Amino acid sequence: MKGKWQRVGVMGAALAFSQSTLAEYAYNLQTPASQVAQDVFQLHNLIMLVCLGIFVVVFGAMFYSLLKHRKSVGHQAAHFHENTTVEVIWTVIPFVILMGMAYPAAKVVIDMKDTTNPDMTIKITGYQWKWGYDYLNDDISFYSNLATPREQIQGTAEKGEHYLLEVDEPMVVPVGKRVRLLITANDVLHAWWVPALGAKQDAIPGFIRDSWFKADKIGTYRGQCVELCGKDHGFMPIVVEVVSEEDYAAWVAKKKGSAQAAAADNAKTFAIADLVERGEKVYQANCAACHQADGKGLPGVFPAISGSAVATGPIAAHIDIVMNGKPGTAMAAFAGQLSDADIAAVVTYQRNAWDNKMGDLAQPAEIAAARGGAASEAAAPAAQ
Amino acid sequence: MSDAAHAHDDHGHGHPTGIMRWLTTTNHKDIGSLYLWFALIMLFVAGTMALLIRAELFQPGLQLTNPDFFNQLTTMHGLIMIFGVIMPAFSGFANWQVPLMLGAPDMAFPRMNNWAFWILPVAAFLLMVSFWLPGGAVAGGWTMYPPLFIQGGISYDLTILAVHIMGLSSIMGSINIITTILNMRAPGLTLMKMPLFVWTWLITAYLLIATMPVLAGAVTMLLTDRNFGTHFFNAAGGGDPVMFQHIFWFFAHPEVYILILPAFGIVSQVIPTFARKPLFGYASMVYATASIAILSFIVWAHHMFTVGMPAAAQLFFMFSTMLIAVPTGVKVFNWVATMWKGSMTFETPMLFAIAFVCLFTIGGFSGLVLAIAPVDIQLHDTYYVVAHFHYVLVSGALFSIFAGIYYWLPKWTGHMYNETLGKWHFWLSVIGMNIVFFPMHFLGLAGMPRRIPDYALQFTEFNQIATVGAFIFGFSQLIFLVVVLKTIKGGARASDQVWEGAQGLEWTLPSPAPYHTFETAPVVK
Repeated sequence: MKGKWQRVGVMGAALAFSQSTLAEYAYNLQTPASQVAQDVFQLHNLIMLVCLGIFVVVFGAMFYSLLKHRKSVGHQAAHFHENTTVEVIWTVIPFVILMGMAYPAAKVVIDMKDTTNPDMTIKITGYQWKWGYDYLNDDISFYSNLATPREQIQGTAEKGEHYLLEVDEPMVVPVGKRVRLLITANDVLHAWWVPALGAKQDAIPGFIRDSWFKADKIGTYRGQCVELCGKDHGFMPIVVEVVSEEDYAAWVAKKKGSAQAAAADNAKTFAIADLVERGEKVYQANCAACHQADGKGLPGVFPAISGSAVATGPIAAHIDIVMNGKPGTAMAAFAGQLSDADIAAVVTYQRNAWDNKMGDLAQPAEIAAARGGAASEAAAPAAQ
Repeated sequence: MSDAAHAHDDHGHGHPTGIMRWLTTTNHKDIGSLYLWFALIMLFVAGTMALLIRAELFQPGLQLTNPDFFNQLTTMHGLIMIFGVIMPAFSGFANWQVPLMLGAPDMAFPRMNNWAFWILPVAAFLLMVSFWLPGGAVAGGWTMYPPLFIQGGISYDLTILAVHIMGLSSIMGSINIITTILNMRAPGLTLMKMPLFVWTWLITAYLLIATMPVLAGAVTMLLTDRNFGTHFFNAAGGGDPVMFQHIFWFFAHPEVYILILPAFGIVSQVIPTFARKPLFGYASMVYATASIAILSFIVWAHHMFTVGMPAAAQLFFMFSTMLIAVPTGVKVFNWVATMWKGSMTFETPMLFAIAFVCLFTIGGFSGLVLAIAPVDIQLHDTYYVVAHFHYVLVSGALFSIFAGIYYWLPKWTGHMYNETLGKWHFWLSVIGMNIVFFPMHFLGLAGMPRRIPDYALQFTEFNQIATVGAFIFGFSQLIFLVVVLKTIKGGARASDQVWEGAQGLEWTLPSPAPYHTFETAPVVK
């Protein structure tokens, strides 16, 4: 075991050296921060070495032949062909080499698939286009959105160090704990990947698949969605903060506190100006990717809200489409994603922004009623 | 084999002229040319899309496209390059060369041959017109994965229709090729004497007939899910989105070999010619081709290692995929052994064939890396995969097509191409191609996902290098266009033999090959 770690150290040092001398150019997998990522790193190096060896031998022979066996140097063509012994030899040798590769690879496969005995379990849900995290042991839930400002993407502002790889709410886990991930999706396929942790799993709507990691080092690890999921596929990053056990406990306490504050909001009655102000933020985070900041949508792809029949019609139908979505389209059901106060706020905002001058509002209590109001009531608006 | 007798058939008798000649033609040479022109036009269409993609990716941020249009470009680039360039180009070669190499007067079903080609432009129109429809072209990736594919607009239905039409075209073409090869060989030309190009196409045609209906089934289920309320791929209705992937890749992995086996065939004709030495292991090449084709049916889920399969399934698909390296290795060794102690010259076809052997093998090595399931899980859906399949499809399939065109164009037109321009085309292509695609390995290893219009700052340098390479590669294809046009118009007269070391029935014909050939079958001893 110790020898293995020494080898890892040497390799890591070599990698760090090559990275420091070559600034931005990275030539290998990211520096591993978990045992699985480490195993994959070594497996990849091993296979690359074997491939390199074969390449040198085979193409050494070919390029020698290209130089020596050419007509311009007067080489006469030999006429040998068909030799069963040779054919058998170059069938068997690659086969043996492959067996040598398959054995260590199989061990890693079996290790990666073993999700038993976790210290904690986190359910991860992919949405168009953000990630949702549910900590099943600590009863914490939140969404994680891209934090890079639009201006940086459009090129009107200087790009930050973690451009496109930064989120508003990172996933936080304690160091050295086996974290089991239950991964699913709400709408289309996504894939959750943090390279340094060696965990990648497709998120499939209607199915839950699991994966796991155990981070070895405290630090911030960044990844991205890696399954094409529509327009903003490139803009739903993943950030995992690996922290000490104490910091994790403090984070859990803080999250629980803010959850209580959010619950308290659901019981309040708001003035229309407060709802519009809050709703604008909710709109920017959840709606603007498709319907656009100006509410005009993208013609032919995403409908406008400004001047739309829904946002200028009966408020009950408006609340219904926000809460329950529109099946068969990219319009998600936000009932499970947003709080009562947030839904009330975003509906109020949409009815009073841009060309929409409805002047009416929805209170959190109305959302709670639509939410809790028995199955028959929930079904009624959908049937309209 | 006296061919002087055919000379008077140089022109059709009472056949339509102008556009009607091409619309109604049943001549294998005409149809072969149509396929090849179609492929060349589509190469420039889909190549332009590739340059737009690379231009957008020249630096971080969104400059030229919006994310939705970017996804349309990547999707259409993939669909057109596969179904509109590589496959039709190989069909063009099959139409021209299979009858000439077998000593047959034409294809077995000339009228079906005409249909097989002429429905292709219809499919291309359906695909392309969607750029101007509400919502734009299809943007769900060439793999068409649901549920994303269910969300799209009218262009998604048009794409399904286009895929059906292209599948139909391929099936008709394949029936024709198989029937021709099995029934119309010249007396004495036994199966194990056939040129390797014919062998690889025979096996490819069987793969097409086996897998195109599978694709048709998959996209039909998409169509009914989209329009008729079925739930094949909708978990809420009892379906399974992953089932689509299984069905799709059961088609699309053999499809990968459909795109490369004819390339193996072309290269196996070119290398012995310019090495002036017979193919080292003809029989083992045939067996290796067949082995690859059979294995291609049991490896499909290696495209799906990240969907979450049981360990046993991952191991099975990992081992079966690694096995493909064995027959593929046999092929590479045989090509090298054919060159060994030959008397090589390096005309443009040979240069492209040598580049094929070398660069396709790099694609094979990255394929082996990707076959290792744990490594694949890290690299799946990253630029490493983009690098891998472009090494096998650009420096593999496309380079073999270039090799084939330079090799047979003198026979088809009766003129030698301009060797200097050919060499310029080769060197710019091979250098440009490596500048585009080699850095993508590093991007993938460093963690850059594919199909993204914008990227984090640490990926900038390699993306810039790749974009520069793409423009070198793209614009050097204009040289190819010039060479082809110049060769058709004129140039040095090609002899009947054309190449000193060429073997086979097509070289016994005059150059250019007359409109009708082998009306009397030659006898092969």
